[in-house]
Amino acid sequence: MEGPVVIFAETRNGKLRNVSFEVATAGKKIANNLGKELIAIIIENNENTLSHSLGIYGVDKIINARNPLLESYSTDGYAKTLSEIVEKINPSLILMSASAMGRDLAPRLAARLNVELISDCVKLDLNNGNIEVKRPIFAGKAFITIRSNSRIKFITLRPKVFTAEIFDENKKAELEEYNIDFSGYKFKSKVKEILQEKEGKVDLTEADIIVSGGRGMKGPDNYKIIEELADVLNGVVGASRAAVDAGWRPHSDQVGQTGKVVSPTLYIACGISGAIQHLAGMSSSKWIVAINKDPEAPIFKVANYGIVGDLFEVVPALTEELKNIMKD
Amino acid sequence: MKIAVCIKQVPDTETRVQIDSEKNWIKESNVTFVLNPYDEFAVEEALKIKEKNGGEVILVCLGPERSISAIRTGLAMGADRAIHIKENRILNGLSVAKALAEILKGMNCDLILLGKQAVDDDNMQVGPMLAELMNLPSITVVTKLEIADSKVLAEREIEGGLEIVEAELPAVITAQKGLNEPRYPSLRGIMMAKKKPVEEVELQIPDSEIEILNMEYPEPRPEGKIVGEGPDAVKELVRLLKEEAKII
Ligand SMILES: Cc1cc2nc3c(=O)[nH]c(=O)nc-3n(C[C@H](O)[C@H](O)[C@H](O)COP(=O)(O)OP(=O)(O)OC[C@H]3O[C@@H](n4cnc5c(N)ncnc54)[C@H](O)[C@@H]3O)c2cc1C
Ligand SMILES: Nc1ncnc2c1ncn2[C@@H]1O[C@H](COP(=O)(O)O)[C@@H](O)[C@H]1O
Repeated sequence: MEGPVVIFAETRNGKLRNVSFEVATAGKKIANNLGKELIAIIIENNENTLSHSLGIYGVDKIINARNPLLESYSTDGYAKTLSEIVEKINPSLILMSASAMGRDLAPRLAARLNVELISDCVKLDLNNGNIEVKRPIFAGKAFITIRSNSRIKFITLRPKVFTAEIFDENKKAELEEYNIDFSGYKFKSKVKEILQEKEGKVDLTEADIIVSGGRGMKGPDNYKIIEELADVLNGVVGASRAAVDAGWRPHSDQVGQTGKVVSPTLYIACGISGAIQHLAGMSSSKWIVAINKDPEAPIFKVANYGIVGDLFEVVPALTEELKNIMKD
Repeated sequence: MKIAVCIKQVPDTETRVQIDSEKNWIKESNVTFVLNPYDEFAVEEALKIKEKNGGEVILVCLGPERSISAIRTGLAMGADRAIHIKENRILNGLSVAKALAEILKGMNCDLILLGKQAVDDDNMQVGPMLAELMNLPSITVVTKLEIADSKVLAEREIEGGLEIVEAELPAVITAQKGLNEPRYPSLRGIMMAKKKPVEEVELQIPDSEIEILNMEYPEPRPEGKIVGEGPDAVKELVRLLKEEAKII
């Protein structure tokens, strides 16, 4: 492990995303342990507080890659930019978030650097100077611990598993502007437009509280009671595949092995039986509550708290009770 | 249009994972293997594009002998032919992408489709790696695909929204649920699949630079409890959430 530790600091609409602080924190711990510098690469950013906002998480130096052509995301354009800088720095380790952008970008960059990539790390350890990575496989039905023997270790971190911790309130990172030259380069793909579902809507994978409804909801309109419960808890609505396939909820709401793998603090499953594919997507939630009229439903095996009963009575009652105590 | 679809055979999602004695993969006895669910979306999309524009759909699959059942599923759905790269080792993303690229480089496809993720390793790597190795555009996690005048317009899922991405053909696309409804193979399709050509190839693929050190089960969840029955149990649930779980 010779070179510095490099992180990619992801932005959306010109602002650093929280996942960038998670990655910086994880990177700082490794860098400190190895006595290495922590360098953040950021693309086309104009925040004037940049050196402070990343510095406090322990970043020593920021390389701001500049070219107006990078204002909107391009997988190959970003991969080219990062690989050019990475080859100059020659890091021992690259960390990036396994966010939507990270999942798209990291494999392309890895192939360009000709190094293996380890996706979706949930635990990062140093063992005699070697980096050992724990990651889920089979949607979390098992975990493997692996090591990369590539010249650069390249790892993406699952969002929300690593917490962002301030390293030094007063630290400012050194800022270096780096001009990337795209003359003669034709972008292979470009983002034309971003459609936001709802301003400020939190994604399931980043939500702290999720209230999910399954086939027991019986129809799309009944999700109103799920939404009301989610609202009092400041949570997000999810669904089982049965509900999605019935057309009651959009595909992006599906939790499970072929949907989103989520790990909120609280997951409330309403009218969901707990099929193995559903459990694979939500069993790593910290607390699970199940509401189901069938006492034998497998969801009760993973639930910390269960209520056996008709969700159409229990859910509104729960919403009311929560409203009451939140008032106090 | 010449369309290639990269497919992988994986354990059925119903599988209860059992770790083997060497602790580096799962026990394969009693496991049912299927075509990777996301690859079904990729095959379906290829068939739809072929139905509209004409052309050929070729499956490319790397894996052991048993992978033939997944290849047959894709052929039964309607793909024209397949290439099976025989390989018994478990390889990581880059090695798989290199092998696929070696086969695909000489084929001059207009479009290469993959699943967004194989549901065994959950790597989500092969698509963009393959695209980079072949110097082609990549668009991942696609829920809507339009092809016109050798241009691709795709919708892809990001946190809390969608990105509209543009690229030129040939391109590499990875399929997400929502892209389409995969068809079930018809009886006729299944019969015809048996006669469709499957070319077997062997490549010299170097070992992956990834070492599996250990494999383990997730931490067991604590014993749960039934708080009670019906709306009367709500008060106690809220108390537990407040005092025990300390969430509210
Ligand atoms: C390849 C593949 C991938 C899959 N991936 C996923 C995935 O990612 N996510 C996923 O969720 N599923 C997935 N599935 C589907 C999974 O196997 C189940 O079919 C699905 O999870 C069932 O959804 P459900 O629990 O909502 O419905 P059901 O299993 O029908 O359960 C409905 C539950 O609601 C309860 N109920 C009914 N009425 C009421 C009421 N009034 N009050 C209280 N309770 C009530 C019933 O007791 C029952 O337990 C996948 C399947 C396959 C084959
Ligand atoms: N062994 C393989 N043979 C053919 N295609 C593969 C193979 N492994 C992965 N793929 C393709 O790459 C996609 C992503 O796989 P992964 O990167 O392993 O999650 C899969 O959905 C397949 O389309």
